[in-house]
Amino acid sequence: MPETDTAAQPSTPAAGGTGSPPAFADAVRDETSLRRFLHGLPGVDAVGLEQRAAGLATRSIKKDSKLWAIDTAISMVDLTTLEGADTEGKVRTLCAKGRRPDPEHPDVPRVAAICVYPDMVATAVAALGDSGVGVASVATAFPSGRSSLRVKLADTAYAVETGATEIDMVIDRGAFLSGRYGQVFDEIRQVKAACGTAHLKVILETGELATPDNVRRASWLGLLAGGDFIKTSTGKVSPAATLPVTHVMLQAVHDWHAATGELRGVKPAGGIRTTKDAIRYLVAVHEVAGPAWLDPHLFRFGASSLLNDLLMQRRTQLQGHYSGPDYVTVD
Amino acid sequence: MSDRISVAKTYKLYLGGAFPRSESGRTYPVTDAGGKFLANAAHASRKDLREAVGAARTAFGKWSGATAYNRGQVLYRVAEVLEGRREQFTAEVAASEGVAVEQARTLVDAAVDRWVWYAGWTDKLATVLGAANPVAGPYFSFSVPEPTGVVGVLAPQRSSLLGLVSVLAPVLATGSTAVVVSSRERPLPAITLAEVLATSDVPGGVVNLLTGSAAELGPWLAAHGDVNALDLTGAPAELRAELEAAAAGTVKRVLRVPPTEPDWTEPPGITRLRSIMELKTVWHPMGA
Amino acid sequence: MTTWEYAPAPESRDIANLKPGYRMFLDGEFVEGGGEPLKSINPATEEVLAEVSTADRDDVDRAVKAAGRAQERVWGPMPGAERAKYVYRIARLIAERARELAVLESLDNGKPIRESRDVDVPTASAHFFHHAGWADKLDFAGYGPDPRPLGVAGQVIPWNFPLLMAAWKIAPALACGNTVVLKPAETTPLTALVLAEIIQQAELPPGVVNVLPGAGDVGAAVVGHPGVHKVAFTGSTDVGKSIQRSLAGSGKKLTLELGGKAANVVFDDAPLDQAVEGIVNGIFFNQGHVCCAGSRLLVQESVAEEVLEKLHKRVATLRVGDPLDKNTDVGAINSREQLTKIQELVASGESEGAERWTSPCPVPDKGFFFAPTVFAGVSQAMRIAREEIFGPVLSVLTFRTPDEAVAKANNTPYGLSAGVWTEKGSRILWMADRLRAGVVWANTFNRFDPTAPFGGYRESGFGREGGRAGLEAYLDV
Repeated sequence: MPETDTAAQPSTPAAGGTGSPPAFADAVRDETSLRRFLHGLPGVDAVGLEQRAAGLATRSIKKDSKLWAIDTAISMVDLTTLEGADTEGKVRTLCAKGRRPDPEHPDVPRVAAICVYPDMVATAVAALGDSGVGVASVATAFPSGRSSLRVKLADTAYAVETGATEIDMVIDRGAFLSGRYGQVFDEIRQVKAACGTAHLKVILETGELATPDNVRRASWLGLLAGGDFIKTSTGKVSPAATLPVTHVMLQAVHDWHAATGELRGVKPAGGIRTTKDAIRYLVAVHEVAGPAWLDPHLFRFGASSLLNDLLMQRRTQLQGHYSGPDYVTVD
Repeated sequence: MSDRISVAKTYKLYLGGAFPRSESGRTYPVTDAGGKFLANAAHASRKDLREAVGAARTAFGKWSGATAYNRGQVLYRVAEVLEGRREQFTAEVAASEGVAVEQARTLVDAAVDRWVWYAGWTDKLATVLGAANPVAGPYFSFSVPEPTGVVGVLAPQRSSLLGLVSVLAPVLATGSTAVVVSSRERPLPAITLAEVLATSDVPGGVVNLLTGSAAELGPWLAAHGDVNALDLTGAPAELRAELEAAAAGTVKRVLRVPPTEPDWTEPPGITRLRSIMELKTVWHPMGA
Repeated sequence: MTTWEYAPAPESRDIANLKPGYRMFLDGEFVEGGGEPLKSINPATEEVLAEVSTADRDDVDRAVKAAGRAQERVWGPMPGAERAKYVYRIARLIAERARELAVLESLDNGKPIRESRDVDVPTASAHFFHHAGWADKLDFAGYGPDPRPLGVAGQVIPWNFPLLMAAWKIAPALACGNTVVLKPAETTPLTALVLAEIIQQAELPPGVVNVLPGAGDVGAAVVGHPGVHKVAFTGSTDVGKSIQRSLAGSGKKLTLELGGKAANVVFDDAPLDQAVEGIVNGIFFNQGHVCCAGSRLLVQESVAEEVLEKLHKRVATLRVGDPLDKNTDVGAINSREQLTKIQELVASGESEGAERWTSPCPVPDKGFFFAPTVFAGVSQAMRIAREEIFGPVLSVLTFRTPDEAVAKANNTPYGLSAGVWTEKGSRILWMADRLRAGVVWANTFNRFDPTAPFGGYRESGFGREGGRAGLEAYLDV
């Protein structure tokens, strides 16, 4: 079957999954409306944005509020392995870690999800059992997204069929940057339909979008098309998540909620390695989006090494002295 | 000696581009240095001054908004017309100041040359006084000089033309507009200069010239709420402090001028230009 | 914990090295003054921080004479390159003692430690660093060859940026070869006296800088002293006018940096989220105790509702409280007197019919605090649109066209600063050209730098501080 057919089709809001809310029915009527809407969003001044992000990053989170932040951050981690060298053994170890991050401290919350490639979904599902930890799978020709829609949909379907509860898709950055917003919109729509009940996270790959204006437009595009989450990065492109970019996305879900009453989530991924970083993100969540977003249903960290630093800092907080890397498990 | 009876000129005020008499109807006799009657000059009142400030304010927008190149051309045109009236000015300066015709001619030539010098400043001020500020951050910051607005000038009492040109031309070069009270005893070259301005391309209201008493008009000028800067060169010494104090009421820029009239033939420098300009600093972020 | 409360994160007040008593700095020595000692109060707690000796007329006379001697014999004749090294030392010593200065400033002034730490102290150091380099380059500053200093500079500074204003005044004066008699504000003398200590540590010759605390009478004595050749004042327009009046006929060179009622103009195509940040920074930075504060928001009618909504949400996140807490955004009002003035003007806004919105944030019971307040439906005729409130109170007005925005923005006797928010480049430059203000911030607000001249139009004063233009105030040109 030739692939050109789908891209050429006009967007149809009723394509399945979450339809665009009535507030934005006009915005997604056709390619022209969509373009007009996205380009009509207020601009983002890069310097002002960075200044605000840097200002908020000076918040000093201590004592109880720090411990709360650490536990909240742990519960928001999508513990991730996305390597060509991934094996079932590696995935099982990661799942064990996600279920019980600190074996000596059972009160440590479990992580939100384990994030793997589609062929590892079944292994993760089996390893996690009824722990409540979700299984997220990247899909849609991750990380570049350079394949046919048919392959992307098949990739998604494979992950969902093998038990993924969350799908992390990539948008077609090439299409976005050349202004083919309708095509990106349609792809997200169709992937969303292929997800069924699985949650959809839409990876914008902000490092390739380059400007905060593009990030804002792509965020709204992802929300309009029905993404449950908008996610910064694949982790394979530098820069990955940054605080200013996350600010723009948090502002977008905040504004989306103000306009529609719907709560959508944000997931920064890549480059967040320390507790200090994570707390800065949580402060941004708290003060830019709002306290309601301090919840794993609405905010996630895509990370691998972050978890151990959180665990180490947690011990430090509780024990009153600095901990060391040998007291947390290497997985 | 010709037996023709000359046509005597009525000397009037120059106000908003027109030549009215004083609203008060007052005049005062002007004599030459030897005491011989020359003419009656209009004796401007505080209401004339009020009109003059209003005209100067109205003219400010267009004059300050003109391009520097255009202002330069307009002012240069004034010098051209001045040049054509050298004989008349020489006679008036000689009579007013009581100097020999030769010296009067030198003073008139210097006045024309000074006007040309200031005409050339219009499009150089921003380069010389402005700056790109290398601020420590992702911002482009620049500073540009701007004209302050309406400048009140008490013109020199002794130097009837060169002195007047030396205080008036810098006001015009910066883009401000002027309300000038001329020398009381020697006002005729000032009125003739007004005629030159009226017949060149300087828009009406940019220069408003009142003949009369600095002592009488000075306090009104210094206290006027719509005057931005004050040049007290021709103020009576005993009134100067009082006028400066009155200027404080609306935080006017008061030029630092020497206590006695300087030698106007000396090169002027740019202090006068600088002190009637504001500096505006603009910031904008630099980001993609 | 169901909601995330930030635990208190106070900076330790011990870092300030607070002493029970401070003495004035005269001719290189810390000495008791002849005036009645004043008590400096922590506005966040109303407790007395320290007792500070004040100057009397004899002290002023001694200080001016010491400054005169130092200027004539040592500082004036000294090669610029040598003066530069002294001023560089001051810059470095401020940076070294930055934390101490920041905590002391927040204790004495009430401003949040975040601001004293990130703005006041580093900018003060930067001012000395920048001006140090001018000391041996004055020939190239555009004031002719070998421009001469004026002599003794009498300087009177306000309480809103106590250390930073001292730096703005002292640094260019020293670089140009003048000596200084500085009077810090009555309610905030402490950091200026620690700066004096730094100047002593930097081994500046005695008399080059003198710091005389006291009230308005000391300031008047300093500016009126016949041995003072240059006067620089930052403060209210009323006091500025009286200084200008008192100096009439004296021949002293004067620069004034006075009040303001800046318009912050937001067009419908502005980057709205950053504009909201700029509005917040413009009026709530330093509790609104900023002469160039963006106290009048002029917003285009088509986005007024949206901007106001975003503004309320954002302002509600501002944390009001202990100035020493690193998470405090808005600290204490500097004095009871100032708080009373703010309350009085806010009451006038309500009685004149403006719609008041005040942040629901918690406010401490003790100390001088005022919750961030936004007035909507303000018209040009109301007092809150015309008078400088000098507090965390914003007046919101609307406009329809660029011409109307300019007309309203300029409709004030002041002219210190203005803000413009639009993504359209040509409109920014058009606005910047027409706004009658000494500083125009486009798509940003409240930026300061030692290289960028700062100062007002009209009743906001005259003369500039910073950059090449700022040197003029301290040179006989």
